[in-house]
Amino acid sequence: MSDADGADSNDDGSSGAFGAAIERGEDVPLLTGDGQYTDDISLPGTTHLAIRRSDHAHARLESVDTSAAEAMDGVVAVFTGEDVVESGVPNTIPTAWDLPGLVQPQYRMLATDKVRHEGTAVAAVVAETPHAAHDALERISVEYEPLEHVTDPVEAVERDVPPVHDEAEDNVAFDFELGDSDATDEAFADADRVTSVDLRQPRIIPNAMEPRAALADWEETTEKLRLWMTSQNPHLHRMLLSAGTLGLPENRIQVIAPEVGGGFGSKIYHYPDEAVTAWCSMQLGRPVKWQATRSESYLTDCHGRDHVTTGEIALDDDGTIRGVRVETHAGLGAQLSQFGTATPSYLYATILSGQYAIPAIHCRVVGAFTNTTPVDAYRGAGRAEGIYVIERLVDVGARELEMDPAELRRRNLIQPDEFPFETAAALVYDSGEYERAMDVALEHVDYDELRERQDELREEGRYLGIGVANFVESAGLSPSGLAGDLGAQAGGWESSIVRFDSTGSVTILAGTADQGQGHRTTYAQIAAEELGLSVDDIDVVEGDTDRIPQGMGTYGSRSASVGGGSIARGAREVREKARRIAAHQLETPVDDLEFEDGEFHVTGAPDRSLHIQTIAHEAYLGHDLPEGMDPGLEETNFYDPENFTYPFGTHVAVVEVEPETGEIEIERYVAVDDCGEIINPMIVEGQVHGGIAQGIGAALYEGAAYDDEGHLETRRMDEYAVPHSTQLPEFETDSTVTPSPHNPIGVKGVGESATIAATPTMVSAVVDALEPFDVDHLDMPITPESVWRATEGDR
Amino acid sequence: MSEHDISVTVNGEQHELSVEPRTLLVTALRDELGYTGANVGCETGRCGACTVRVNGEAIKSCTRLAVQADGSEIETVEGLGENGDLSALQERFQEHHGLQCGYCTPGMLVTAETFLRENDDPSREEIREAIEGNLCRCTGYQNIVDAIEATADQLGEHR
Ligand code: FES
Ligand code: FES
Repeated sequence: MSDADGADSNDDGSSGAFGAAIERGEDVPLLTGDGQYTDDISLPGTTHLAIRRSDHAHARLESVDTSAAEAMDGVVAVFTGEDVVESGVPNTIPTAWDLPGLVQPQYRMLATDKVRHEGTAVAAVVAETPHAAHDALERISVEYEPLEHVTDPVEAVERDVPPVHDEAEDNVAFDFELGDSDATDEAFADADRVTSVDLRQPRIIPNAMEPRAALADWEETTEKLRLWMTSQNPHLHRMLLSAGTLGLPENRIQVIAPEVGGGFGSKIYHYPDEAVTAWCSMQLGRPVKWQATRSESYLTDCHGRDHVTTGEIALDDDGTIRGVRVETHAGLGAQLSQFGTATPSYLYATILSGQYAIPAIHCRVVGAFTNTTPVDAYRGAGRAEGIYVIERLVDVGARELEMDPAELRRRNLIQPDEFPFETAAALVYDSGEYERAMDVALEHVDYDELRERQDELREEGRYLGIGVANFVESAGLSPSGLAGDLGAQAGGWESSIVRFDSTGSVTILAGTADQGQGHRTTYAQIAAEELGLSVDDIDVVEGDTDRIPQGMGTYGSRSASVGGGSIARGAREVREKARRIAAHQLETPVDDLEFEDGEFHVTGAPDRSLHIQTIAHEAYLGHDLPEGMDPGLEETNFYDPENFTYPFGTHVAVVEVEPETGEIEIERYVAVDDCGEIINPMIVEGQVHGGIAQGIGAALYEGAAYDDEGHLETRRMDEYAVPHSTQLPEFETDSTVTPSPHNPIGVKGVGESATIAATPTMVSAVVDALEPFDVDHLDMPITPESVWRATEGDR
Repeated sequence: MSEHDISVTVNGEQHELSVEPRTLLVTALRDELGYTGANVGCETGRCGACTVRVNGEAIKSCTRLAVQADGSEIETVEGLGENGDLSALQERFQEHHGLQCGYCTPGMLVTAETFLRENDDPSREEIREAIEGNLCRCTGYQNIVDAIEATADQLGEHR
């Protein structure tokens, strides 16, 4: 990895922490088994919740008889959807993103009228033990009147089927357009050539290794709810639970996200299950725990993707891309999840320009209700789907022009001096040196030589494939005002508190919430850099709404850039207050002080100095502060960025495909990522590795499917291919550093980059290998069987 | 439901407990005995998060009933450290960033440690095969392989 320079803060007391591959302190409890995930926490008197779910994809709920279950030993209570309605709580699982003309049907904690997908929560059993709760589930008798169902987003809209929701007779939740359709039509009319691709992006099940869980404790005397849960955004959960669902003010809800075992999007959302857990505790006045089984996760964790797309690209013979036109049917599932509307609309259509200067773009997205698990953001969310489309289009365009696909990419790249660059898809990219990253990636594999080797091998009947994909990602959705204009019901800011105590140690309270990203280390590095301290002086607290006043959470590659940006700004304010105290006590003008290694000293008189930790002590003594200054040394910061940040890079895969068996061997995988300034290269590389694994997973192995009955076929871990260690290659990573010009620490974010890049890279490589068989595209997952079928006639 | 009395040794400590015949070993360890290090990721023997050592063999503790473990010597992730310090393998996991969310880690460590007892000079391919039954969604495995390889190298130096 290349070295990243420290942050360019105006006057940095550089401790060298920023940019160093510092080991993660948070690892120790996770390595010893002491780390506490939600299910590891027990309260005295805890009861256990199990949820009865529909085994129908679509049915009218005729009756729910709970009497036999209630009579069982160890059962505390059994609740139905009617019980929740009667309790008088608002009982809504709200969406968090509105779109023009959006149909927003009712979404309740437990179903009352219809079940709309397999796995819909119908009744809840609370019992003294998990076994008793699960046993009782089977004794609830539910009568259904089955209805015809639909699981495919195109069929949902085009076929005459009973609607998932009466409010949307044609199953259309929204019909979204972005870009200039006239200009695009013109570009297509003028261009030398037009080519297209029809593609599907199958459903992905996120598969965080820790299934979702919640432990709720309603304290009768204070009327306060404490809720431990597997959350990527405890404050957002507090907000959504409060107003829409339980009808409690936020100050009576404490949401705690302890150790969280992965998320990848799936733990962003406000699901009925955790809400029911809380509601049951409120009914019973006892702690209630719910732990999803893996099958429950598969049926209820929001899935990702589910797009059916026709993409067209207009090109001139010299390789200039003139326009792109995209039409997509996006499956939303049976209910609108929080960001289920934003993901396939704004997060998708806006990235269709990729790294290229494309003068005309138009995209239409039909969001369709289907009788399936709700679909929402999964790592890469929207941007992954969009980059996949543009990269597939560039590949088919290269075939059409008989031009090298890397060369076609190169000819259309946005140049470094064109930033900030406004695309025809409504974004303003902040900075980029696309060609540099692309060159680094191509040099790693010795691209030209590789192409020669490919030709030679083809003569021998061996099929090497080289896949190249360029990506750019809009990370850290912001600013809040823009998000609001586009329909967001939440802000794009992040908040933190940087607090010295009187002993000179620092606590950072951060509104983001880690699920393995290493925030405790990264954030300490940011603050150490700003304050001239060692990371060991700094403690980072996350994931508790009573300790951390406000936050938005961790998703959309936002924590390092927006959360980290907030911490850097807060630390700078703290440092400036400390500087004023130092100036006062050293009896010198503020401007005469230099800050180095945590020490303020008078310019030209290094022995007249005060350390920031000593100043912290003074600040809390309050005996000798500048006139009018309040005691204490802490700052609360809200950072609302002026724009997204735009990480980018180029990935290259080299595969050998054996048409006889369909076997795909990954020979090399090279990732060059530019995430702006790098806070901790070890952690960045880890994010890239994990991202590639998920991207390759989607391309070659994963994909959820429904059978003719509307049942999820991939309902257990042995039926859904989470990649294991022998299915993934060794990754070769490298980076370039193009700082974000508007982020306080120059950071762009890296959480989703590699997932976005790896999927088109792998598909491109396999399809490239099969060029002699005239294969222009294969849908994911590209299995040995699909390769075998695609090459059948020509072998 | 009738309960059975069983006795197990966990990380050197003897425990007597009563369990239902259907109680899984992982459930007994976690809920009855408080060894919450082993995690449940799938309860179908697929993910390996629940891996513990029973009589020296690494097994997925969701695939065993607690009653089947009666009389066994069990070792869990909590027993891997040495006198309160991290073991060499645990240290290498930290050094090579072999964990992110940590949920797979207890099972991964037990599998890897058991493997290194049998093969102290493995190739990377052998390491990948050894951990094939332990799924990790976060790391892409490479740093885990690095950590195990580095541990083997370190043990090799002491041979
Ligand atoms: S929980 Fe035992 S293998 Fe997954
Ligand atoms: S570190 Fe998260 S599953 Fe392995």
